[in-house]
Parts: sequence; C-alpha cells; structure tokens
Amino acid sequence: MVSFLLWLLLSLVFFSLLGMLSGWVDRKITARIQWRVGPPWWQNFADLTKLTAKEVVVPVTAGPFFFLAPVMGVAAVAVTGAVVLSALSGTGGETDVIVIIYLLVIPSLALILAGSSSGNPLASVGIARELKLVLGYELPFILALLVPVVKTGTTRLSTIFHLLQGPAVLSFSTIVALLVALFALLGKLGWVPFDVSEAETEIASGLLIEYSGWLLALFKLMKWMLLATGITFLVFYFLGGLAGPLTAVVKYIVLLVVMVLIKNTNPRLRIDQAMKFFWGWLTAFSLTAILLAFLGW
Amino acid sequence: MDLKTKALTRSLWVFHLSTGSCNNCDIEILDCLTPRYDVERFGIVLVGSIKHADVLLVSGIGTRKNADRIKRLYEQMPKPGFVVAIGACACSGGIFRDGYAMAGPISEIIPVDVWIPGCPPKPEAIIAGIVTLLGRLK
Repeated sequence: MVSFLLWLLLSLVFFSLLGMLSGWVDRKITARIQWRVGPPWWQNFADLTKLTAKEVVVPVTAGPFFFLAPVMGVAAVAVTGAVVLSALSGTGGETDVIVIIYLLVIPSLALILAGSSSGNPLASVGIARELKLVLGYELPFILALLVPVVKTGTTRLSTIFHLLQGPAVLSFSTIVALLVALFALLGKLGWVPFDVSEAETEIASGLLIEYSGWLLALFKLMKWMLLATGITFLVFYFLGGLAGPLTAVVKYIVLLVVMVLIKNTNPRLRIDQAMKFFWGWLTAFSLTAILLAFLGW
Repeated sequence: MDLKTKALTRSLWVFHLSTGSCNNCDIEILDCLTPRYDVERFGIVLVGSIKHADVLLVSGIGTRKNADRIKRLYEQMPKPGFVVAIGACACSGGIFRDGYAMAGPISEIIPVDVWIPGCPPKPEAIIAGIVTLLGRLK
C-alpha cells in the first residue's frame, strides 16, 4: 500500500512534467506545420502558473461537482500512471488491463460531470457530444486492447509488458490494434478530428466554458497527463517498450508525432461521422486484428 | 517581479469581442496569429470563453444593444484581467461618434487599459499595444 502511494506520487510528478513537454511538442509541431515559429518549451509551465494565480469565477448554477470533477479527473490519470509504472517495475502484483480500461474512461466522465454541473447551455451541448464520443471510442479501444491479451494469454499487465517484446511486437495484428488504440486516444484527449465536445469556434470551449483559474488549470493538467500516460501505456502495451530505454523514448516520440500529424491534417468530424468511424471502420479493424492474433499473425 | 506576474506576461489569453465593428479590425487581429507575426511565440492565444481570458479585446463602437453585455463580460472575466480597445471606433467612436446606436466609446462603458487607434490598426500597432500593456504590468 505504501509503495503504491509512492508510485502515485512519482506518477503525478513524472507524467505531469512529461505531459507538459509533450503538449509543447504538439504546439510546436502544429506551429511549424502552419509555417509559424511557435511557443518556447516552457510555455505550458507559464500557462499553468498563470492559471493557478487567477481568480475563480463560479457561476450561480454550479453544483458541488464543479469543484470535485477536475480533482477526480487528475486523480484518475495519476492512478493510471501509477498502475502502469508499478507494472513496469514488476512490483505491480496482480493489476490487469481491465483496471486501465476503467481508469482511462474516468477523465471523460469527469469532463461530463464538470460540464453538467456548470449549468451552461453550451456546455450541455458539449456533454451530449462527449457522452456519444465515449460510447464511440470505448468499443474499438477495448477490442484493440484484447489483441495483446490474445497473444500472451493473460490479462496481467506486468506479464504482457514483459512478454510482448522482440519480434512479437512487429506482428501484423499488433500494428493494426495500435493504430486503432491511437485513434481512440485521440478521442479520449478530445483532439481534432474528435474535438466536437470542445469545438472552440462553434460552442466556445463547450464542456470547459465556465471554468477559470486553478480549476481550469487542473483540467489542462489532466489533458496533458492523459496525453503522456496514454502514449506511455501504448508504447509498453503494444510496442514492447521494455526492450530498451532509448528505443522506448524513440517509440514515444514517434507515436506523439503521428498523433500531432493526424490532428493537424484533419478537419473536425461531426458527431455522427465520428460515431460511424469508431463503430464502423475502427471496430472492423480491431475485430480483424483479434482474428489475426488468434491465427498467430 | 514575482513569478505569477512573470507567468502572466508570458501567457496572455485573449478573448475577442466585436461590438458593432465593421470587421476590419477583426481581420487585423487575426493577422497577428498568422505566420508573419505569430504572437503565439509570446504565449498569446485566442480563447473561446471569457472565463479563460486575461485580456478582453474590444473592437467596434460599443452599441447601445451591446453595452450591457460588454459590462457583463467584463465582470465575468477572471481578475487580473485587462481591457484593450482596438481601432478608432473603440477608442473614440470614429466616424460613428454621432450615430444613433452609439453607447461608447468603450472607455465610457468599462475601464480600458490600452487604446490602440487606427482604422484599422496594423498588426504591428496591435503588437505594440500589447507590449505597452506588458510594460505596464512590470
């Protein structure tokens, strides 16, 4: 128990730092694609510091979850990171991948709770979209996570991390499942093309419209941590990141850059288009991947 | 200068409010975000909600219909927050100063920190105005 608390603390510090730097990589690459210079590397740290010092404006319609939801979201991502880190170290005991599936849906639920307790009509439009999006990406995400389970014959996280290395990584089914999971992660992060719930030009930041000060800072932190934790999890779960520390870093950067490129080369999908994409193409792809995994590809 | 003020000067989030402007100033504001000027280098970004903003950027004369909304937006902006009036209309009323819809200029509705005149002001002038604001913060 004490050791898990230590992992939690480590995860909170490590993934928030890594997340803010990854968020900067996102902004910098976006700027370079648009032929701009982009912000300096400490931009996200400045943003966070500034937000914590600002006044918090609370709408009269706000419920108790207006304050609880951001804390809940950050806590859930920190626990996810702690589970991943402790499984990597081999001291994770019997944590399995189902825990990850549960934990990774909490940030979206926190956003929905936050939006609904703020009482803003634009936020309620965001809630409706986010709820549908959650239903959309969870199905292919869970199916994609089944592929390494089929390959290794266990749901234990540390066993999968340690078994799935070397040549097993480059199998066809793992690559397909990784791509599906990458799109699901884009949905979880609310990045373009799946940013209907926050759509700044359309519903003015949607779910987060009423948030300010340190509450907004917590949500920003949650998004950055989710980015870092999500990619780290994918690297070790699908790509055998334990093969070596240097290759793990390279894999992390490659996945991050691929996500940023997808983000910058696609328009925003309408919610029905996003649902069709998740329940149609991605589900078909992940089912194929599971089939291939059973056949030993 | 303490850490919080320093962070604020390096991360100004801007909410853009158009109150009866002719759209010319608004285009010049967007010009500041294009590759040629790229104010994101200094951490300045446009945000969609006033609750996220540090700067309320007002263009246009401030019409009678909008005056109440301008006040409400100013009150909703989390402090420390600043108001920048952009363009001749926002600063003084411009050619509409005798118009029937005139409730402004903006400084008569809400307290203004920086005036950026011009019809429309060039992106360089807007950036110079923001630099003036930053200088006042320090």
